[in-house]
Amino acid sequence: MAHGFKEHATWSPYENNGGTCVAIAGSDYCIVAADTRLSLGYSILTRGHSKLFKLSDTAVMASSGFQADVRTLQKNLEARQKGYYHQHGKPMSCPAMAQLLSNTLYYKRFFPYYSFNVLGGLDTEGKGCVYTYDAVGSYERTGYSTQGSGAELIMPILDNQLKSASPLLYPPRETATPLTEQEALEIVKDTFASATERQIYTGDGLEIVVINKDGIHKEYLDLKKD
Amino acid sequence: MFRNQYDTDVTTWSPAGRLHQVEYAMEGVKQGSAAVGLKCKTHVVLASVNKASSELSSYQKKLFKIDENIGVAMAGIIADGRVLCKFMRSECIYHQFVFEAPLPVSRLVVQVADKAQVCTQRSWKRPYGVGLLVAGLDEAGPHLYYNCPSGNYYEYYAFAIGSRSQAAKTYLERRFETFKDCSRDELIRHALLAVKESLQDEELKSTNCGIAVVGADEDFHILDGETLQSFIDTLEDNKAEAKEAAPEDPASTSGGGEAGPSAGAAEEPPAEATPMDM
Repeated sequence: MAHGFKEHATWSPYENNGGTCVAIAGSDYCIVAADTRLSLGYSILTRGHSKLFKLSDTAVMASSGFQADVRTLQKNLEARQKGYYHQHGKPMSCPAMAQLLSNTLYYKRFFPYYSFNVLGGLDTEGKGCVYTYDAVGSYERTGYSTQGSGAELIMPILDNQLKSASPLLYPPRETATPLTEQEALEIVKDTFASATERQIYTGDGLEIVVINKDGIHKEYLDLKKD
Repeated sequence: MFRNQYDTDVTTWSPAGRLHQVEYAMEGVKQGSAAVGLKCKTHVVLASVNKASSELSSYQKKLFKIDENIGVAMAGIIADGRVLCKFMRSECIYHQFVFEAPLPVSRLVVQVADKAQVCTQRSWKRPYGVGLLVAGLDEAGPHLYYNCPSGNYYEYYAFAIGSRSQAAKTYLERRFETFKDCSRDELIRHALLAVKESLQDEELKSTNCGIAVVGADEDFHILDGETLQSFIDTLEDNKAEAKEAAPEDPASTSGGGEAGPSAGAAEEPPAEATPMDM
């Protein structure tokens, strides 16, 4: 039999449930935000699903991609966090959690978590930090990042509006935004509203979490539902 | 208990049907410094006597958090207890991961008890030499359990283990029926007074005792030194007030009466023996 193509599996273990995540680090705060829409193909599974996950008082993770893998990854990290706390008598710092997330992702290098993550929080000095990942654990500390369906639409806006050095420069320099919390929040809200207009997988609602020395403050606002 | 020819192995029965090695392990618990537990409708409190082996050293930690809703106090070989704590913590984490719900206390103590029982039926093992007071809250309410080296476990309204625990037990036996209606702070005061009985002549200070609390709206945590000292100070105040009030009118309620041991027994009307239906 002649054939010029490889036969492909009809079944895939993965699905993409869509959604967009954003994280922005400031001098003494960090904003982590994600929309609340869960999709499958052209359908909406739910309008009210949270993609944010609090790992500790100083670290919040936002993930988009395959919901089942995202949830399992969250549970995994939560269990490891508890174990760490019992062993060391203190909660994991955000940089420690960042490394753990990377290792956890790479552990499944040959059957990856279909999860696109941004981790935001405060580092050991109380400064904002954002870590951005690919599905197999390659990560980088940066001043801001986006992942998920609307990432390509939002990232250029953040590059333009956050008044920080470009993360693409080499040698790398401090890219946390010099803007205030309120200014950064406005940019987050605007970018999500814009992404919602042009993107079908982003919309319904926006969950924002602000981490600073006073703790974690949550906010929710509606996005367009079409 | 005296030595006999049936007490070398844990797997040897005595003609009287006893396992002496297990009983010796329980003796070990009695040698450790005291630990006390008591519960009310909403909270469970654990208290420990923190005895340093010498002036140069620190005391051994005896209060451990197992999960947000569960903690233990131990008496006996603390090293054995620490290892059991690790086991309990990992069981709680596993259960939370698999069922996305906290492990009920009653299940946890059974798992610990089963683990302890194994050591009473293997010739190459020895029983755990530690008694655990497990305090926790689950959907069924507040719980206080005692895990024995024998592999038995018991649920209690209030209990004390370790050396000079009988004094604390006597204090608790007299008052346990009033505990269920106590407030959180009153319960802590009772715990401190029970521990005081075990300390006998020594003065109660935040450096020689420890208190941990767990409640429906309060994760298990160990009180820090300052908070603990302020509770101890209020015991002193109540005692002083009780002394002043007594010569004037022995029957009057002097501020927070339950705390003063002399005033307490006289004031409380005899409580009805209702089943502890929490």
